[in-house]
Amino acid sequence: MATKASRSAARLMMAPAVILLLGWMLVPLIMTLWFSFRVYLPLRGGDQGWAGFDNYIRFVTSSAFWPSVQTTLIIVLGVLAITVIFGILLALLLDQPMWGQGVVRILVIAPFFVMPTVSALVWKNMFMDPVNGLFAHLWRFFGAEPVSWLSDASLPAIVMIVSWQWLPFATLILLTAVQSLDSEQLEAAEMDGAPIVKRFWFIVLPHLSRAITIVILIQTIFLLAIFAEIFVTTGGAFGTRTLSYLIFQRVLESQNVGLGSAGGVYAIILANIVAIFLMRIVGKNLD
Amino acid sequence: MARSVTPRRKMINTTAAWAVGLLIFFPILWTILTSFKTEAQAIAAPPIFLGFDWTLENYSVVMERSDYGRFLWNSIIIAGGSTILGCIIAVPAAWSMAFVPSRRTKDILLWMLSTKMLPAVGVLYPIYLLFIEMGLLDSRAGLVVVLMLINLPIIVWMLYTYFKEIPVEILEAARMDGATLKEELLYVLTPMAIPGIASTLLLNFILAWNEAFWTLNLTAVNAAPLTAFIASYSSPEGLFFAKLSAASTMAIAPILILGWFSQKQLVRGLTFGAVK
Amino acid sequence: MGQIQLKQVTKSFGDVQVIPPLDLTIEDGEFTVFVGPSGCGKSTLLRLIAGLEDITTGHIEIDGKDATDLVPAKRGLAMVFQSYALYPHMSVRKNIAFPLRMAKMDPAEIDRRVNAAAEVLNLADYIDRRPGQLSGGQRQRVAIGRAIVREPSAFLFDEPLSNLDAALRVGMRMEISELHKKLATTMIYVTHDQVEAMTMADKIVVLQAGVIEQVGSPLELYRAPRNTFVAGFIGSPKMNLITGDEAAKHNATTIGIRPEHIDVVESGGAWTGTVGVAEHLGSDTFFHIHNTGLAEMLTVRAIGDVSLRHGDTIHLNPRTEEMHRFDADGLRIA
Repeated sequence: MATKASRSAARLMMAPAVILLLGWMLVPLIMTLWFSFRVYLPLRGGDQGWAGFDNYIRFVTSSAFWPSVQTTLIIVLGVLAITVIFGILLALLLDQPMWGQGVVRILVIAPFFVMPTVSALVWKNMFMDPVNGLFAHLWRFFGAEPVSWLSDASLPAIVMIVSWQWLPFATLILLTAVQSLDSEQLEAAEMDGAPIVKRFWFIVLPHLSRAITIVILIQTIFLLAIFAEIFVTTGGAFGTRTLSYLIFQRVLESQNVGLGSAGGVYAIILANIVAIFLMRIVGKNLD
Repeated sequence: MARSVTPRRKMINTTAAWAVGLLIFFPILWTILTSFKTEAQAIAAPPIFLGFDWTLENYSVVMERSDYGRFLWNSIIIAGGSTILGCIIAVPAAWSMAFVPSRRTKDILLWMLSTKMLPAVGVLYPIYLLFIEMGLLDSRAGLVVVLMLINLPIIVWMLYTYFKEIPVEILEAARMDGATLKEELLYVLTPMAIPGIASTLLLNFILAWNEAFWTLNLTAVNAAPLTAFIASYSSPEGLFFAKLSAASTMAIAPILILGWFSQKQLVRGLTFGAVK
Repeated sequence: MGQIQLKQVTKSFGDVQVIPPLDLTIEDGEFTVFVGPSGCGKSTLLRLIAGLEDITTGHIEIDGKDATDLVPAKRGLAMVFQSYALYPHMSVRKNIAFPLRMAKMDPAEIDRRVNAAAEVLNLADYIDRRPGQLSGGQRQRVAIGRAIVREPSAFLFDEPLSNLDAALRVGMRMEISELHKKLATTMIYVTHDQVEAMTMADKIVVLQAGVIEQVGSPLELYRAPRNTFVAGFIGSPKMNLITGDEAAKHNATTIGIRPEHIDVVESGGAWTGTVGVAEHLGSDTFFHIHNTGLAEMLTVRAIGDVSLRHGDTIHLNPRTEEMHRFDADGLRIA
């Protein structure tokens, strides 16, 4: 169905969405690029001229940069490992015949719908509080000294909070993929005498590989940008300053827009590298 | 790959799955339970699970804080407004891409998706500056627009995948029957796509409701939604567990309920149709 | 009225020309069938007439007026789709009324016309149901009902019977033929099934790769196929096309003889061979024959049950007066 009339109507109807997104993408992007080459301190004299690549160099050579990269990597990789591994196990479990499958599914998916600020605060106060938190009670019950999670074990604590939020996402997508596995394939393997571990390794896992890749890519994009969880728990202290949080602090807290923008350009490049891989997979699925 | 198994096996599965499910759900359950305790019971050692004096006091205290209603209202306006506005813009675009595909359709779709991946922090200051220039800082209208733009790619994608499933012949039949483009969209496509449009609205409402980067950074007082309200409990009010719980429960309850309805569509929406 | 003329019509998708310049006139009231193997462009041609696709060059005239640039709705044509394309969210009544509603017709008149159509097509029993609750045959009727209420100047059918089972197909075939007799409106019908074409058409248009191979009445095509393609396509079982020395004997590159024009004889006969597969249908028997000394395998149709089995020797005598001769280009030699 393609007549000249419908094609021009289509172009017209696509225009608002395309123009809006184009503006949304280009305007701030160009501004960020521009600022990144300027000495721009809004509270200390504003735009003070050309900076060349100084901001880019200063951003990567500052003492906060490498620790923030390390923090980002630990959080992203930690959460990915936890959510993917437990997500696969959970998906396989939930796929088994059982009573009340629908209800269990709902229980498992629930954390995904919890506002990030809420989950961060609930975990911070009601679970990880060293005096009144549930973990403190649990530790004392076993005769151990309660841990000050968010100051002494801040990174594991954040990884745990974020994993709790993203585990449902991974589980749900992997479960959908598991359910699309042809049971005859497994039965054939069973007839061929493959033990359960081999069946998992040679049939289930390859079948899930695409879903796993998608989970990893999408989560990476969101995890690189996590903000609220750090904002309300540690505020970037105790070694929890990620790259995005560092940029946020440079821009809004220390009001060094030039420096922050240079960091932003790094973040954009980083996200785009991940995005390209995701696009390839999604794009293949389009036809 | 559901198979029939022995009742014994099914029992074991059920027990294991429920145990894991309840463990994952526990923080939410605990929050809801704590919201009905008194502050003293909320921090009692050892913790009280069910045997406490149920009270609604925390809810009335939270409600009485005059702000709460406004935060809630802001959340509804911002999430609802951005979703509806997004849909109005996305339906025609998705129609075009699903039913009048051209060689560039695929590229446009992927490009739209790529805008979603722009890290927010990278463009925070320009947006912040533009908002100040346009007087949109701390306004609901400004947030409606920003959240609409953030979610527009997802809305277009979800609608696109739903529209793709509608046979093009039916739209052609409408055209043969003398329907104009407007009538075709209004009387034929939209009613047929209602389930898809509804779940798209739902998922995007949820995403907008929970969005925390822009809502925290672009609001102060007037337009602040529930994400900001909860963030204000960061300290020292966070130590009042029962009140924190009541506020949290009220912030997440509507979305939990909506989310449970939309969970089937969630996978598709969040993977841009790559996993169905 | 419903005369449709295509003048030097072409259609290209990108760089690929699927329909080279084509001229065709469909007379008012005629039942025309476009037939050809899948991918021959017959559906594309129908969609060009409907206005669902733009033609690349050339003109389409409907009742003598240029309709090339008209949108589908303005051409006064109705179409029945292969998948029926019923509106799933509307009842049968609303489906049928839809084109009238779009034409902003008076509600009383809409009711009258819908009821009349329901009566003609025996839809009254399920007029308030949704399409999802109907069987394939019933859906087909609703689709036809939706087409006839508009009183179009011509009906377009795009393989309307291909989704029905064999028994229903025969019944619907007759219903559509009867409808044509009753309405006496131009109908253009696309199918890949030559039996449908032979049984229903006033005029058959045989297409291959977007090119019209022959236009004519069913019997014209049967009796005098213009080339080897039409000869092979029209008729069931297929005409035997024989090349080589046997054809040369008749001063042709290829000779064609229909299975029903080869007689099985006790002895002698022009050709002798071995029975391969024998299909005993009771009324007829089809033999597939090897080892005749001809390059091609032969198919023979014998009336009644002939008791030859696999492996038997068979003697055959073609009726030379029914033989078709074709030249090196595959064209018929008169």
